[in-house]
Amino acid sequence: MLLNLLSFTCKEAEENKILFYHPNEVEKNEKIRNVGLCEAIVQFTRTFSPSKPAKSLHTQKNRQFFNEPEENFWMVMVVRNPIIEKQSKDGKPIVEYQEEELLDKVYSSVLQQCYSMYKLFNGTFLRAMEDGGVKLLKERLEKFFHRYLQTLHLQSCDLLDIFGGISFFPLDKMTYLKIQSFINRMEESLSIVKYTAFLYNDQLIWSGLEQDDMRILYKYLTTSLFPRHIEPELAGRDSPVRAEMPGNLQHYGRFLTGPLNLNDPEAKCRFPKIFVNTDDTYEALHLIVYKAMSAAVCFMIDASVQPTLDFCRRLDSIVGPQLTVLASDICEQFNVNKRMSGSEKEPQFKFIYFNHMNLAEKSTIHMRKTPSVSLTSVHPDLMKILGDINSDFTRVDEDEEVIVKAMSDYWVVGKKSDQRELYVILNQKNANLIEVNEEVKKLCATQFNNIFFLD
Amino acid sequence: MGEEDYYLELCERPVHFEKANPVNCVFFDEANKQVFAVRSGGATGVVVKGPEDRNPISFRMEDKGEVKCIKFSLENKILAVQRTSKTVVLPEKRNLKLLKSQNINVNWYMYCPEGAVILLSTTVLGNVLQPFYFRAGTMSKLPKFEIELPAVPKSTKLNLSERDIAMATIYGQLYVLFLRHHSRTSNSTGAEVVLYHLPREGACKKTHILKLSRTGKFALNVVDNLVVVHHQDTETSVIFDIKLRGEFDGTVTFHHPVLPARSIQPYQIPVAGPAPVTSQSPVPCKLYSSSWIVFQPDIIISASQGYLWNLQVKLQPIVNLLPDKGRLMDFLLQRKECKMVILSVCSQMLSESDRATLPVIATVFDKLNHEYKKYLDAEQSYTMALEAGQSRSSPLLKRPVRTQAVIDQSDMYTHVLSVFTEKKDMPHKFVIAVLMEYIRSLNQFQITVQHYLHELVIKTLVQHNLFYMLHQFLQYHVLSDSKPLACLLLSLESFYPPAHQLSLDMLKRLSTANDEIVEVLLSKHQVLAALRFIRGIGGHDNISARKFLDAAKQTEDNMLFYTIFRFFEQRNQRLRGNPNFTPGEHCEEHVAFFKQVFGDQALMRPTTF
Repeated sequence: MLLNLLSFTCKEAEENKILFYHPNEVEKNEKIRNVGLCEAIVQFTRTFSPSKPAKSLHTQKNRQFFNEPEENFWMVMVVRNPIIEKQSKDGKPIVEYQEEELLDKVYSSVLQQCYSMYKLFNGTFLRAMEDGGVKLLKERLEKFFHRYLQTLHLQSCDLLDIFGGISFFPLDKMTYLKIQSFINRMEESLSIVKYTAFLYNDQLIWSGLEQDDMRILYKYLTTSLFPRHIEPELAGRDSPVRAEMPGNLQHYGRFLTGPLNLNDPEAKCRFPKIFVNTDDTYEALHLIVYKAMSAAVCFMIDASVQPTLDFCRRLDSIVGPQLTVLASDICEQFNVNKRMSGSEKEPQFKFIYFNHMNLAEKSTIHMRKTPSVSLTSVHPDLMKILGDINSDFTRVDEDEEVIVKAMSDYWVVGKKSDQRELYVILNQKNANLIEVNEEVKKLCATQFNNIFFLD
Repeated sequence: MGEEDYYLELCERPVHFEKANPVNCVFFDEANKQVFAVRSGGATGVVVKGPEDRNPISFRMEDKGEVKCIKFSLENKILAVQRTSKTVVLPEKRNLKLLKSQNINVNWYMYCPEGAVILLSTTVLGNVLQPFYFRAGTMSKLPKFEIELPAVPKSTKLNLSERDIAMATIYGQLYVLFLRHHSRTSNSTGAEVVLYHLPREGACKKTHILKLSRTGKFALNVVDNLVVVHHQDTETSVIFDIKLRGEFDGTVTFHHPVLPARSIQPYQIPVAGPAPVTSQSPVPCKLYSSSWIVFQPDIIISASQGYLWNLQVKLQPIVNLLPDKGRLMDFLLQRKECKMVILSVCSQMLSESDRATLPVIATVFDKLNHEYKKYLDAEQSYTMALEAGQSRSSPLLKRPVRTQAVIDQSDMYTHVLSVFTEKKDMPHKFVIAVLMEYIRSLNQFQITVQHYLHELVIKTLVQHNLFYMLHQFLQYHVLSDSKPLACLLLSLESFYPPAHQLSLDMLKRLSTANDEIVEVLLSKHQVLAALRFIRGIGGHDNISARKFLDAAKQTEDNMLFYTIFRFFEQRNQRLRGNPNFTPGEHCEEHVAFFKQVFGDQALMRPTTF
């Protein structure tokens, strides 16, 4: 689907304009031509709307998405429209482009995410230019996107990519306070830790980072880092490693980033570097991800401090045992709460919920995400309707409610109340509008009774 | 040694009496705690002083020979004098009645007025003790028990002296304390105090051993449920607390001194005599003098100097002598006058210079809240028993006593936390961690957290712009819902817009704040949302039309005004069978405005049947 991903700057001329071009094999002149065209389009549309230049360009064969993440730095993504091959009357195959299939908001969001992810690991474009000129920036872009594009699966992008939300782990107050206490103690004992984030079952429980930084870090953790470690876990290769270490409690803690084997004196203590608060304090940090059973903790320490193997061992010996106990506490408490609320027995609604205020996202439509694809349990046509309703909601500030009768027997309901959006898919044969409305009310009463969500 | 190092002191206002000399005999009555100074066998006067009564009793009596013992009955009604070993004289004529008689060979006896128990030393070695318990004019014999002597005695003469036995009430239980000069186990040297628990029912049992790790002359006191052991050779004392964790060997718990040995705080004897005459400075009192006599529970008498003191424990110096904060709290929580000291320990462990680690702080909070919860539970069961119809006068129903060890949220807030959060130099991470730790501890003991603590958390977070943290706390309901908190959040909206949503959610959950929700929405010009909300909860028949029409008019959105106006016309129709507003609703100006914008014909017509 992805035809091109390119990045250019209006600050430089000719060849230097092009910061990154995918696919790289394209002939140089064509690259220059295409970048020139893109620049021309954004400059031209800017005359009509100086503050909001063109976001996308629709053509028969493809769509182009424009994003200016930093002043004078542009990123452009070109996506091919889906094709249907048909037989003409004379038996010749005709290719028909489905020009209305792609949702602008989904792919503009994907493009923005590309930038955010780049920035998380590399800092801003401007900073790279200041540090090492165009050359450095080009190198960084090349290195980053070479790997990142392989993980980009455009065909499975949908509404959730627009939201870029965070799934929070439901938890009772007491267990949550225990986690708070754990984090505070760890930050006290490991004094070089600046920020901490805590996740359970790939869902967030605590973020010491600001919301925007957490949003992209969460994306990285849940779609890239964690899935990469699932398979070894399933294979049982991660049974307690350090049981043989004397004087150490048996625990299940291990590093997802950094040293693989603490007993190896040659073990490398290299951690991914991330950049946060790039708008003001611009902090570079080492990202230490440590996991015990289903509980994962991200410790972020100032990049100027190089964590040593001793530090890693100390972290392991302090965090490992406590996190192991905490993880089993959470698991137990979660099961108790689930049984008490009887949520196991509730009828399964298919819905997506998103709150713009805290980025909380909940979907019963999406299966567990794997590194390659996000699986949905509904037909792509229905997902497209959800996307369309979302576009409608974006256009107005008022609260709104949309009920759509889709082909087949499905009803799709979209509700927007203040900063929250809810999308429900109902499969009820012969249901009428009133019944559908009642069903959705029922859902709100069970799932959202503790928030102010207008009926 | 600075003054802050002594943890034992003699009371400030001792009982002063004429010192013992050849013509003045001094007696002490343990039951009434009275000192008798008998001059010349009573002929030249008897002066009786007690620690409570500041007015001494003076009288004279005939000198009929050496007085061996002299005592008042309770409330000073009857005086008894013993002059020979087998006669007791009551100066007034009284009838005595023999209630009960027991025939036992007794070496010596000891009476404990607090426990109303008399202990008789029997057998040749003297180490089998027979207790009797007096209650309401009856005397009951308790099971006798044997004191284990240090080693198998070689001779068969009296081996247990009354000097080595004391009786005292510790934590509400009567104990027999035995000072054993040599340990039974050969590997440990030094004397020890063996505590035998003497219950009113059941057998006496050896329960605690206090290790003194030294030898020599000792004396015992019990102060504030602490066993104080004075050592004359070193002129120091140590204290033991049997409630503190010791080493339990399956039957007996071994204790070591809570604190390093210290002398009693030096004491100055005020120089007697009329003030203008004396120019001398106060004289230092000789402590641990061989003329000191110690009585239970807390009395020290110096007959040669003519003083009776009560021994006291000073808590403040202990704070610095006991570095383990958890143990310190266990210790302090058992003391009578502990509240301010505990609060000062809390303040100290949060101060920049003496900062404790979070696990230590958590331990301290947990210990305080454990005690606090015990009291709350007792209070609750008392209230429930009252509600269940139990009479207040029922002996089974006792209102729980609130001791100083009950440190509640308001104490912590006033004396510790509010002061602590005000400190400028304190890293905010630490401040928040401490507040959360306290809230965690309260929650752990299922104590409802007061909203002012939540406000303190919010205030601290807001001060440091940590809105996202605040948001997360609220998301997990760590800060419990309340109207004041919801209002506080509303006020934060201009700094942090999501506070609006958080506040509305909270009001919704409270389910008693529907009026507030309507007000909030109307103030945000969300008139339709307000109306839909009130309709959703079925309250739309009772709302003021004028209020909603006012808000709708303010939006300058004519279509919105139309919608709202029409809604109320329909309500009027439904409730009164007529769409018109009544004069009482004061909507004349809105009707006029409606007509002006949409015309007269747009008004709803009454439905005619």
